[in-house]
Amino acid sequence: MTWLIEPLQFEFMQRALLASVLIGFTNGFISGYIVLRRLALLTDALSHSLLPGLAVGAIFFGLAPLGLFFGGLVAAVFVALGGMVVARSSRLKDETAISILYVISFALGIILLKYSRSRVDLGHFLFGNILGVSDSDLWISYLTSFLGITLLIANHRPLLLAIFEPNVARSLGVRVSLLNYMLLGIMVLAMIASLQAVGVVLSLALLILPSATIYVVCDSYDGMLWGGGVLGATGSVIGLYVSYWMDLPSGPSIVLVLGAVFLAAYLFSPRYGVFSRVFKTRHRHEESLRRWEHKH
Amino acid sequence: MSEHQLQIRDLTVSYDRIPAVHHVDMTLRCGHRVGLIGPNGAGKSTLLKAVAGLVPLETGSIRLVGHESACHDHGTAYLPQRSAVDWDFPITVRGLVELGRYPALGAFKRYSEADARAVDEALEALQLTELAERQINALSGGQQQRAFLARAWAQNAHIYLLDEPFTGLDKVAQADLRRSIRALADAGKLVICSHHDLHTVPDLFDEVILINGELVAYGPLAGVFTPASIDKTYGTRIFSGHPPHHPPEGTDDDLAH
Repeated sequence: MTWLIEPLQFEFMQRALLASVLIGFTNGFISGYIVLRRLALLTDALSHSLLPGLAVGAIFFGLAPLGLFFGGLVAAVFVALGGMVVARSSRLKDETAISILYVISFALGIILLKYSRSRVDLGHFLFGNILGVSDSDLWISYLTSFLGITLLIANHRPLLLAIFEPNVARSLGVRVSLLNYMLLGIMVLAMIASLQAVGVVLSLALLILPSATIYVVCDSYDGMLWGGGVLGATGSVIGLYVSYWMDLPSGPSIVLVLGAVFLAAYLFSPRYGVFSRVFKTRHRHEESLRRWEHKH
Repeated sequence: MSEHQLQIRDLTVSYDRIPAVHHVDMTLRCGHRVGLIGPNGAGKSTLLKAVAGLVPLETGSIRLVGHESACHDHGTAYLPQRSAVDWDFPITVRGLVELGRYPALGAFKRYSEADARAVDEALEALQLTELAERQINALSGGQQQRAFLARAWAQNAHIYLLDEPFTGLDKVAQADLRRSIRALADAGKLVICSHHDLHTVPDLFDEVILINGELVAYGPLAGVFTPASIDKTYGTRIFSGHPPHHPPEGTDDDLAH
């Protein structure tokens, strides 16, 4: 049991574990919506577009979490809304327009970083440092988790309708575009809240992998949401332990643990796994052959 | 037969200023199975979506007369083309039918006994009780159509709008769906299906709407579904966005030369 308890004597590990449970669960829960609504690529684009906002935040407020938080929020909203505006006012489709704005803002961010007094380095932005989370980081995480998950649960039924059949939902009086904006907003909030701990790339992993894994194993909408949350949290905790004992960087360890679980599910899932599919087709084939021989 | 009617007055719907449906004027009687017939691009889907309230009307009005549920007040159920549905979505047949209770519930209320009963009744009416716990991706084409009809039933819909429901169904599934549609019409509902296979029309419907941008004819099969009016529907360009004699530059007509 020492391997379980020993890390807990360090305060930084206690904080890190708390942060990974909070962030893992929240992002994992939201990942259900991202997978079903097919927002994974958009999430990716938005995560990179945070950079200039963070740089501007750092220029004005130094590395204070709230400054970075609002900087990132403004940048993400700017790219998301700007993308929609460009898409509507030209022939370009959403994903092209948003990609254009995100590369521009990423480049702008790198240049702005050069001028920020306090040195935010790109590596930190990409991979974060869960061992260095502060109290205010944790408070932001608490708040985002509470707000995001409460809103999603309160709108459970209309969201289900809006994701599954936007047209029908509209005809039944569901405010589909409002719900879409809400989903996007919660996603950006979760991303920024997890920035300090795991960085944009890894927060992206937590926003996609958990429910994608559940999706290849089971057929349940609620299972994807809650299961995604639980998987996100446990995966993060296990990853953190792995990084402690094997002396690996924490963020990548978390992602690799989640990635390994996904790979196992992808290959061995009883219903939708690669192997079970191969096995099933052969089984049916042999069975029908036997029947055929029986007849003749 | 029921007395209420769906009144469509002077209906025009445009995309990019080009009318897809042009000044359509007709009164449909409930309790009938209506086939909506016309060539590709004639505005069949647009007409269905307009009645469902999914596209804005440029001119005109649509009203349900003589029935307690007003037309745009959840009295209509729109069934999308099968290709427009994400069949891998993790939802069971029962879950799908329960979605039909949404308008009665609003966002926050819990499912009540009455809702559960309505769902069971809908499943039974469309012979889906045994398939209730199946995932929608494990259904055959005909069963999928019936699952969506069951949801409309649970919704207490009065007008059923089906976009190409018979496309890609085999004989047996087609017969099942035909029976379901007949049951709906016998219960006093109005069922409108867009359809493109002229041979099966007499078998499936008792009334037809012939459109090609404009309304060509509407009424009982015997009077309306005649070679002359079918020719008129398919043979001539009655209305399209471009005037036929002076095609604007860059259209297909130009490229052909």
